[in-house]
Amino acid sequence: MSTTAQPGPVNIPAPRSPQRSSQRSNFELYSWLFMRVSGIVLVFLVLGHLLIMNVLDGGVQRINFAFVAGRWSSPFWQVWDLLMLWLAMLHGTNGMRTIINDYAERDQTRFWLKMVLYIAAVFTIVLGTLVIFTFDPNIG
Amino acid sequence: MATVSGGTLYRGGEGMWTWVVHRIAGVAVFFFLLVHVLDTALVRVSPQLYDEVIASYKTPIVNLLEVGLVGAVLFHALNGIRVILVDFWSKGPRLQRQMTWVIAAIWVVLMVPGTYFMLKHTVEAMFGSAS
Repeated sequence: MSTTAQPGPVNIPAPRSPQRSSQRSNFELYSWLFMRVSGIVLVFLVLGHLLIMNVLDGGVQRINFAFVAGRWSSPFWQVWDLLMLWLAMLHGTNGMRTIINDYAERDQTRFWLKMVLYIAAVFTIVLGTLVIFTFDPNIG
Repeated sequence: MATVSGGTLYRGGEGMWTWVVHRIAGVAVFFFLLVHVLDTALVRVSPQLYDEVIASYKTPIVNLLEVGLVGAVLFHALNGIRVILVDFWSKGPRLQRQMTWVIAAIWVVLMVPGTYFMLKHTVEAMFGSAS
């Protein structure tokens, strides 16, 4: 088979031609891959978090300020919570972005829903990060 | 359109329904996550205020909602692993239907003791401890 362009009514570039690939962004590929990589990490971080906080040793009934202070005195749980916050927020925001793209049909609606989503995501990530890094067990 | 002659409705297979539940669970968990970062941020305001708000998590109705949250997260996690196996495991696409029933079984096996421990205190407080 010849790979040269055939004369015809519509000029469609051959698949994998350099011009086509250089015009396209790989963002959706990286987004797809990120959902899988972050998902595997979150399985351990989030299910571990839920097991400790909700199931083991009395579950939610034993959680109070002193309990949080005890946990965040350890860098291990600080890193755990920080990593969980960032990965869960990015994973969740990217999932919401996909859902908005699927169901919001008007360009304006899609644009503004995603703006609200991104503002909420940045606010939550920044707030959560500041809380972990500036936590003071002797407050009040 | 969903209808063809005879008015039959496409009811989907296991794959479609896990996709639907995966989305609904994901959205629910995302909104809880926003709220959860806000309530945890109260540790920077005052220990008393944090303890007051966390006390609402220990009430019977919210306690029941927590079981729902854990169930949603667990399903999303298990089905996410199934999706990854379908994408990357050579036998994944062929076994996707069987994997759906495997994750359903794992979900039930983990949720039964999980629900017991999550609701133990609430049930004892409402109906009295057996001991």
